[in-house]
Amino acid sequence: MSAWLLRRLLQAFFVVMAMTLIVFIGISVIGDPVETLISQDADQGERLRTIAAFGLDRPLWAQYLAFLNGAIHGDLGNSFVYNEPALRIIFQRMPATLELALAATILSILIGIPLGLYAGVRPRSPVTKFIMTGSILGFSLPGFWVGLLLIMVFAVQLGWLPSGGRGQTRELFGVDWSFLTIDGLRHLVLPALNLALFKISLVLRLVRAETAEILPQDYIRTARAKGLSERAIMFRHLLRNIMIPVITIIGLEFGSVVAFSVVTETIFAWPGMGKLIIDSIHVLDRPMIVAYLMIIVLLFVVINLLVDCLYTVLDPRVRVS
Amino acid sequence: MSTAPIVGAAPRPGAFRRFLSAFRSSGVAMTGLVLLVAIVLAALLAPWIAPQDPYDLTQLDILDGRLPPGSVSATGMTYWLGTDDQGRDMLSAILYGLRISLFVGVTSALAAATVGAILGLVAAYAGGRLESALMRLVDLQLSFPTILIALMILAFLGKGIANVVLALVIVEWAAYARTARASALIESRKEYIEAATAMGASSGRILFRHLLPNCLTPLLVIGTVQVARAIALEATLSFLGLGVPVTEPSLGMLIANGYQYMLSGKFWISFYPGVALLLTVMAINMVGDHLRDVLNPRRGE
Repeated sequence: MSAWLLRRLLQAFFVVMAMTLIVFIGISVIGDPVETLISQDADQGERLRTIAAFGLDRPLWAQYLAFLNGAIHGDLGNSFVYNEPALRIIFQRMPATLELALAATILSILIGIPLGLYAGVRPRSPVTKFIMTGSILGFSLPGFWVGLLLIMVFAVQLGWLPSGGRGQTRELFGVDWSFLTIDGLRHLVLPALNLALFKISLVLRLVRAETAEILPQDYIRTARAKGLSERAIMFRHLLRNIMIPVITIIGLEFGSVVAFSVVTETIFAWPGMGKLIIDSIHVLDRPMIVAYLMIIVLLFVVINLLVDCLYTVLDPRVRVS
Repeated sequence: MSTAPIVGAAPRPGAFRRFLSAFRSSGVAMTGLVLLVAIVLAALLAPWIAPQDPYDLTQLDILDGRLPPGSVSATGMTYWLGTDDQGRDMLSAILYGLRISLFVGVTSALAAATVGAILGLVAAYAGGRLESALMRLVDLQLSFPTILIALMILAFLGKGIANVVLALVIVEWAAYARTARASALIESRKEYIEAATAMGASSGRILFRHLLPNCLTPLLVIGTVQVARAIALEATLSFLGLGVPVTEPSLGMLIANGYQYMLSGKFWISFYPGVALLLTVMAINMVGDHLRDVLNPRRGE
């Protein structure tokens, strides 16, 4: 087990190192940063001083080492736009994104599992047909367009919910959260639903497939023969066995929810790090782009590592191979 | 995509006809196919069937800006789907946008399939270090969401049709490589490969004349789904302003342009390009889903 963990950790470390290299080389391809840093009427001396100040006159490998050194010390440079450490700005925006992603994940569980169970238990019901067609739509609908439709229907036509922003927030553990106020919750509903749409379909289909596989098995038949109520079978036998793959998928997909929040945040003007990266790309705020990519890569490596560890704990067969 | 490879991959003569009749058995798939053919034709024939050339500024009248669907212009032309902020007929803009969306989707899928299939076949055939290195890379890439990788590449390269295609190829090749390797591993254990090796055929010949044709079926199946995904991803990227340039608006770009007018109730500028996008993606998925069922070798005959 420990040898496995060590190898896995080493692999994660190599992935992070490779990504720093890719991001660093990639960012050096982007247009000349000197143009954005120096005003048009600067003289040659000022130009050279700025280039030297940012270390842009050194060879690329030396710049990379300096970048790595900074990264280890938690310094990824100052944002050109905000004139503050890029990492600090990202960490300020992160709670909003995590809140949105968590809300979407919870929605996908609350909606996906009951619908999937129903479809699995009653495969021939017309309601199931309806649910399954809906889930195909959930896969095919372009997420950003659904977001626009949600705004059009619920914000513009019906006027029930706000079209963007976080609304009123309340502080908890030194961070502002929307879900603690009624107004904040109202702002959270549409973006969370938009982000959850694809995951609802995914959870639904997974639960249905698992249910269809488990129901004909002997232990369910035994439980029925014992005279257990359908309720008890559902909760004690069926649901418990379904939860392992469902939790795995939800865990694995959490990273992708965070990544896709880039789109949702842009539509609903949700001030998280997704909207931040899009804005930063538009104005070529290089330190910001680098900081975001590094944080998100780290997030993914950690998520994948955790899921792999969970796997070995839950399923002893994996440990052997 | 040509149908010839399916015939080549077929185990017996007449299999193509059986495939056709099996494909026809699904009403959903046939609806999808008809829809898809109509969409592709509309895109190809856009310059001839569109009511106006949406990018010829002399044909646009800014006074006709943001007219609702069904309005009639001063010259007597009916804007069936309304106009955008510059007085452009949305129906024409959608037809032209469809061209760009389909072009990007199909080109990137073909290029990714070529790169992915070659790398997958080589990995399966070569084995050893090369195989494990390539497959590690595939696993690694598939563990990151597609949008993130595309976002990163476009952040580095900037927008433009060629850059979007490149980003989509880099995003998609891994799925093809994994499929190609998996089916090549199965095929390479079969006797005809052994026979070809025994006859002294070169590696290149075995790879491309024997293995490749027999791995085409699964590649075709994921290829259809990947085209749909590529089109949707391109639309998303263009919506975010990172995809195609303003001068060559795809469907995603059209939706982005109408976004600001949504809040004032002028829904049609964003709504109808979205419908076109949805129909395209759904038609491809409907065909692809059934194609997978029909071509699945495990399916009982």
